[in-house]
Order: sequence, then structure tokens, then C-alpha cells
Amino acid sequence: MAKVIFVTQNNGSMEVEGDSGSLMELAVANGVAGIDGDCGGVCSCATCHIYVEPADFEKIGQPEEIESDMLQLDDNVREFSRLCCQIEVSEVIDGMTFVVAN
Amino acid sequence: MQTKDEALNLNMVIIGASHAGVSAAFNLRQQGWKGRIILLDRDPQLPYHRPPLSKKTLQSDALVSSPLKAEKAYIDNEISLNLGQNVTSVDSKTQQITLANSEVIPFDKLIIATGCDAFIPPIKGLSDTVDETGVNRFFAMRTYADALAIKSALTNSKDKQVVIIGGGYIGLECASSFIALGAKVTVIEKQSHILSRVTSHVMSDFLTQLHRDKGVTLTTGKDVVEVIHQADKHIVVCGDGTQYPADFIIVGVGVRRNTQLAIAAGVDVEQGVKVNAVCQTSHPNIFSIGDCTEYFSQRYQRWLKLESVQNAVEQAKTVAQFITGNLPTVVPDTNTVNQTIQNDSRPNTQEAVPWFWSDQYQCKLQIVGLSDGYDELIVCQESAEQFSVWYFKADRLLCVEAVNLAKAYVLGTQAIKHNMQVNKSLLSALDTELTKTSLLIEPVTSLN
Ligand SMILES: Cc1cc2nc3c(=O)[nH]c(=O)nc-3n(C[C@H](O)[C@H](O)[C@H](O)COP(=O)(O)OP(=O)(O)OC[C@H]3O[C@@H](n4cnc5c(N)ncnc54)[C@H](O)[C@@H]3O)c2cc1C
Ligand code: FES
Repeated sequence: MAKVIFVTQNNGSMEVEGDSGSLMELAVANGVAGIDGDCGGVCSCATCHIYVEPADFEKIGQPEEIESDMLQLDDNVREFSRLCCQIEVSEVIDGMTFVVAN
Repeated sequence: MQTKDEALNLNMVIIGASHAGVSAAFNLRQQGWKGRIILLDRDPQLPYHRPPLSKKTLQSDALVSSPLKAEKAYIDNEISLNLGQNVTSVDSKTQQITLANSEVIPFDKLIIATGCDAFIPPIKGLSDTVDETGVNRFFAMRTYADALAIKSALTNSKDKQVVIIGGGYIGLECASSFIALGAKVTVIEKQSHILSRVTSHVMSDFLTQLHRDKGVTLTTGKDVVEVIHQADKHIVVCGDGTQYPADFIIVGVGVRRNTQLAIAAGVDVEQGVKVNAVCQTSHPNIFSIGDCTEYFSQRYQRWLKLESVQNAVEQAKTVAQFITGNLPTVVPDTNTVNQTIQNDSRPNTQEAVPWFWSDQYQCKLQIVGLSDGYDELIVCQESAEQFSVWYFKADRLLCVEAVNLAKAYVLGTQAIKHNMQVNKSLLSALDTELTKTSLLIEPVTSLN
């Protein structure tokens, strides 16, 4: 079980919880604005871009090469960017806050 | 000027609630459409992602669909979602649609997002491929219901023997999923190469070998002429007399665009519903988006009929921006739509670059651009399982196909999007590390 907060580009914030699946699926299931997930979570579209708190970045684990490469498609990419379809919902992310990049 | 109350009373009707229709509905709300949004689909399932059907969905035990949006999101955005509703006609003069249950719904603006159905070729014996218990033994792969039916046919089949007619992306993805499920798979392709309409022999040969290595019997240059039903098998017969027994058959030979309603409405239709750069048809209040459309591409200087999530979603965004007056570019004069369909005034760089992906076994294929019309191709091999194919017409990059190499896909996207030139000599040198600074050079000023 994990409770996380999404902060959207219009500064809305939403606390959501889930216990399985990807963080993208959790965001879509809760209608988080700015997380489209167009490819359904297979790291092909880069429409599930979030910023992770610097302190949390390591905890989540390193992105795979394909994810780091795909992130370069978005002009808003930053040091602590992630594609949230590649992050699993688990205790590891419990309590974290994610900023939606677009 | 519209008053606020008038705006609230406008009816936006969207036919087809899939990638294109759903995305249009949400984009319209986001862009400030105040009126009603009535979204209809004949499919009873909460709108879902189609690409996973032949990939993850087929392979998973749970067989759950991946919803495009949560049910709650439609309610929150005041989108009236009407599932299991077949629209039977559109009247463009009275501006209303009729449903199969005779209900009539008036529209101020209509978006036709009816997509495609699988094309079922007229092969003798195919239409009655039903066994003694009345169970269908041939399937297309287009809807969630198709995926469920196929999965149950596989589970219940005696020998897990599947014949796939057609070596296109969907057929090949099904093959890869069936292999993962322990089935015996035959793919029969009519052309001399699989995917011959959409890719080069390089990619085609690579995928042919991949499927064969995984155990697929893949034959090309063979025309299926008949399906014969025997006691407990269906025999797929080819023109040269070869026969392939099957417990069930998948037909994946292409699509038929759902243009019937657009034709009924009297708007311009050829193979697809013809739309201009803002997805408007030849009727100013009727728009069309997604797989059912064709549009004139400034970038490629020809009419395009794309079947991809990218195109569906991109057109949905464009149409929503146009209808709400938020399109940040020159828009066509609605009185001269027929001219603007060809004579699009938007700058070239604004036109979306087509992209597509396909997942087969452990291979992730990513494609950006369209390769048709190339006169040179360069293969860039990183390792046995990682390579990219770069398609050029003279110096202009048309398309990049990348296998397990997102980096090449991303570089290709940047080059095509910004009309940058590619340093071909670097590409040809096999051990060159691809980087943006070394590979991409100044924008090409003139496109054609
Ligand atoms: C198995 C499969 C795998 C795919 N894989 C990929 C992939 O990997 N990458 C990719 O980019 N694309 C892929 N695609 C293509 C992609 O799914 C389509 O491009 C996309 O679905 C197009 O969306 P659309 O909304 O335009 O049309 P569709 O998804 O075809 O939706 C049209 C909708 O309109 C409804 N409709 C039609 N007529 C009526 C009517 N008269 N009344 C009411 N409703 C009606 C239909 O029920 C349907 O739900 C795949 C497609 C399939 C089938
Ligand atoms: S959902 Fe497409 S990359 Fe994450």
C-alpha cells in the first residue's frame, strides 16, 4: 500500500493511494491532469513525465536506459525526471510527492 | 458573440470513444468547451487502450483491459459517456444523429472518430469457420471482446495450433504472444516479405528471422484460397496447394475504415474521411479524427492515412484547440474548406511527426516518420539485438526505425521534427556513439 501526492501544473495537488500496478496507472485511474499515458505504459510515448524530489530519486531506483533516452523527447526534462509508467506502486514510494511535468 | 448561456447549451457529439474520441472529449474540456459533450460508442467496454490487446492483454492470465481514463474522470469532466450505443445515421442538414434504438440526438458540432474494423477478405470457407458447437474459429484482433474470445479459443483448443493469416504488425504481435503462451504458430503472408507495405527489407528480414528463431512457421508469397473444415481442425489451404491445420485462425490482413457515417453525412470521403489540418471535413460543423481519416501532409506532400495512437491523440488535440479557438496558428476560413483541405496554411514545423511502436518478444521496435519514397537507407548496428535503420531521400531524413535503441529513435525524432540534417558519414561508421551534437546539423531551410 502506498499513498502519494501528485502536484499538477496548475498547482493542484491530489493525494491518491494504491497497492499495485504502475504509478502511471494510478495517476490515470485518479484522473491526474497531465499524465496521459498514451502508450499504455510501455515506455514509448513519454506522456507520463514527472519530477521526483531529489532526496527520493535514489530510493526509487535508477531508470533503465530506454527510459532515460525517451525522457529526452520532452523539452521539460530535468535532472530528477522520470516516466512514471516505469515506477511500480509499492511501499518504496509511500509518502512521496511527484510534480507532473506537463 | 455567443452569450454564456448559449455556450452552455451547445451540443458536441462525438461518435467513437476510443483513442481519438476520448482524447478529444477531455481536450475539449481542458480547452474550455462549456457546452455538453456526448460521447458514444457501440462497444460496451469502458474505453480502453487497443495496443496492449495483441501484446500484454493476450499474454496475461487476468485478461484485464487498460482503461484510457477512469470512469470517474468522465463524470468529473461532465462528459456524458454512452456505451453500447450504435450510431446508424448522420444528417448534416438537420444536424442530428440517429442511434440503433431510434433515439435522435441533435448536434452543433460533430466529431466522427469511428476508426477502423478489421478487414475480412473474401476467402472461401472463412465466413463459416464455426465448429460443431457453434464456436467461432476465426477471429480478428481489434476489440477487447476479440482478445477475450481469442484467449478462450486458445485455452480450449486441443493442440494450441494457430494459423495467422497476414504478417502485419498485429498478426506478428499475436504470433509473439501465442508463442509466449506455448502455442504452435504459423503466419502466412501473401507478399514476398512481411510488412512489405510499411517497411524495408532490412526490418522485414530481421523480424522474419526473429519469429522463425522463436519457433514460428512463417511463410511468405502464399495466398490463402480456402479454409476447409474437418472433424476437429480447420485446414487453411494456399494457392500452391500447401495446407496448414489449425484449431483456430486469426485474420490480420488490414483494416476497413469506418466511413459509412461520414458518407451518409455527405462529406468528402475517399479511402478515409478527408480532413484539413484542423480535422474539419467538407462540412464546417463536422470534424473527423483518428484512424478513419486521411489528411494532406505538408511534410510528406501527399495524403496520409495513419493508423496509430499518435495520430489519434494528436488530431484529437488539434480539433479541440480549433473548436475552442485556442489553436495558436493560422486557421482556415470555413467558407473555403474544400480549398484549405489541400492548401493548408499552417507552417510545416507544426505538423506532427508520425510515430509508432511495436513490441514483439523482447524486441521493442520504435518508428518515427514514414519511410515511403526513400532512396537511401543506412543501418546502424549497435549489437546483435540493437540497431537502427535511417531512411533518406537525398539529404532529407524521412524515417528512423529503432530496435531496442530508444536513443536512435529520439535523435531521429529531433532531426525530423526540426528539419535538421544528419551527418551520414557518422551514421555509417558502425562504432560511433550516437550523440545529438555530433550527428545533427543545422536545419534544412527548404523542405522540398
Ligand atoms: C491489436 C492492436 C494493436 C495495436 N498496436 C498499436 C501500437 O503498438 N502502436 C500504435 O500506435 N497503434 C497501435 N494500434 C492502432 C491503434 O490502436 C489505433 O490507431 C487507434 O485505436 C485509433 O484510434 P481511433 O479512436 O481513431 O479508432 P478506433 O480505436 O478504431 O476506435 C473507433 C471507435 O468507434 C466506434 N464506432 C465505430 N462506428 C461506430 C458507430 N456507428 N456507432 C458507435 N460507435 C462506433 C468503435 O466501436 C470504436 O470503439 C493497434 C491496434 C490494434 C487493434
Ligand atoms: S505511458 Fe507511455 S511512456 Fe509512460
